[in-house]
Amino acid sequence: MTQLATTGLTVSLGGHEILRDVSCSFETGEFVALIGPNGAGKSTLLKSLAGLQDYSGQITLDRQSLGLIERRERARTIGYLGQSGQAHWPISVEALVSLGRLPFGDENDQNGAAAIETALADCDLLPLRHRAVTALSGGERARVLLARVLAGQPKILLADEPVAGLDPTHQLDVMTTLHDKAAGGAAVIVVLHDLSLAVRFAERIILLHNGVVAANGTPDDVITPENLADCYGIEAKQGLVDGIPYVLPASRI
Amino acid sequence: MTSSKRRYVLGISGLTTLAVFAFCVSLFVGPAAVGLSDLAGFFGSAPSETGWLIFSEIRLPRAILGFAVGATLGLSGAALQGYLRNPLAEPGIIGVTASAALFAVIAFYTGLAASFALALPIGGILGAVAAVMLIQILAGRDSSVLTLILAGVAVTSFAGAMTSLALNLSPNPFAAYEVIFWMLGSLADRSFEHVWLAVPFIAVGWLMLLTLGNALNALTLGEDEAASLGFNLSRIRLRLVLGTALSVGAATAVSGAIGFVGLVVPHLLRPLVGHSPKLLLPVSALGGGILVLSADIIVRLLPFEREIKLGVLTAMIGAPFFLILLLKHRRNLL
Repeated sequence: MTQLATTGLTVSLGGHEILRDVSCSFETGEFVALIGPNGAGKSTLLKSLAGLQDYSGQITLDRQSLGLIERRERARTIGYLGQSGQAHWPISVEALVSLGRLPFGDENDQNGAAAIETALADCDLLPLRHRAVTALSGGERARVLLARVLAGQPKILLADEPVAGLDPTHQLDVMTTLHDKAAGGAAVIVVLHDLSLAVRFAERIILLHNGVVAANGTPDDVITPENLADCYGIEAKQGLVDGIPYVLPASRI
Repeated sequence: MTSSKRRYVLGISGLTTLAVFAFCVSLFVGPAAVGLSDLAGFFGSAPSETGWLIFSEIRLPRAILGFAVGATLGLSGAALQGYLRNPLAEPGIIGVTASAALFAVIAFYTGLAASFALALPIGGILGAVAAVMLIQILAGRDSSVLTLILAGVAVTSFAGAMTSLALNLSPNPFAAYEVIFWMLGSLADRSFEHVWLAVPFIAVGWLMLLTLGNALNALTLGEDEAASLGFNLSRIRLRLVLGTALSVGAATAVSGAIGFVGLVVPHLLRPLVGHSPKLLLPVSALGGGILVLSADIIVRLLPFEREIKLGVLTAMIGAPFFLILLLKHRRNLL
């Protein structure tokens, strides 16, 4: 089992504290949603976990300080899908997805071809593999970028708003794919704005507010009227439809 | 072998053949007729013959420099476009060309160039290195693309201002003429001295740029993603800037400013390599070499009383190309 943990994590950007004393941990096999209002520090936390951010405090990967792990080694364990990612050149879908194998080097990457095929299949991209990425629709492109991360078969998968701007069909597709990866043994940590998707797919939710952890636990523990009022300033209707939980923001307080 | 790989191998072989062809043609074009018979000197029979002298002392260094300068411009253009993820980028963008030109102008201005022939190329390299150091100070450890471009703009404007000042204050109009002609860019009358001085720096620069391929491919996804794939962006940028400074600085020093090659060549060859920034590097080096060798052949064939400067010809082809490129990109955006 692999564990990624932060202790007293503090991140300052331009003299402003974005994250303050954040302590949390993630284990392989779990699906965790990071939620919180805009500016709560969700993306910054995700970037710090990916090793892309200067920080004070501690981040450890299996008790080893994240900053001391060799970059490529880290890249083989942790996959990061950024917010509103894009492809800057019109390369083919297959070429873009194979970029996920870069941390494994060119020579001794025997699993590479198979991993790329699996990732293409998982994201339903086999018919599109020779198309130019820039000629795809937004939903298709989001699947390509996700497949790129999956091609690296990371033990820890970080995704920043992977469903932003997608239609409901693609939202469910992406969430199901990510959920399957957690079921398959990866730690999946996803920044989400849609509370219904969070309560439906995540086993654990971390609620960030003004750079601190306001709540951390099961969806039932975290999505409470008090927490929603304190952090979002909203009142919400919650319930179950055919066994599927939902959270419907009803009004501002 | 997949079809894209086969196309790449074919492309590389085709370009290599063209480069060799252009190199050979370049050896036999010029005001003096040098035929194959004059190359007998190559085999040691008559080394004093004029034909052999022209061939070995004028044509050969000119062709070698033509390829080296062109390949440098093509390669560094491809590397910069890949790094900045911008098809309109050029070596000039990080201030290397302008700064190399400024230092060469100082060499003219102080009279150093007149008394000591190598002051000019050395000045160019020093200028490029100075630009790099200034960019490192301005952009610091921050690895963002925008900071690099802004630092490049700052260095370019400063070097441009100082060059104008030097020309303005020049006590000797002939020195000013000399500077202006040098800035037009040419490969005429270069010797093996120039080759030996420039080529080692150029070669080291090439090595640094050619090994950037994987990082440039990763940067297709953006900077955060590239870093998350295990690339150290600050170190990548240092290698890019140093590689460009060494190769373009040395090339500019011996040839003057030759514009647009770094812009045109990668753009034309990108579809050949499936838009892969990594595969574009060696292909653009070959393409740049072919373009400059051909342009240098054309300037020698044009029926003007004075030879048209190489930099003037590339600008006359390159500037309209740049405009078309801009229009095309604007249409793509609409």
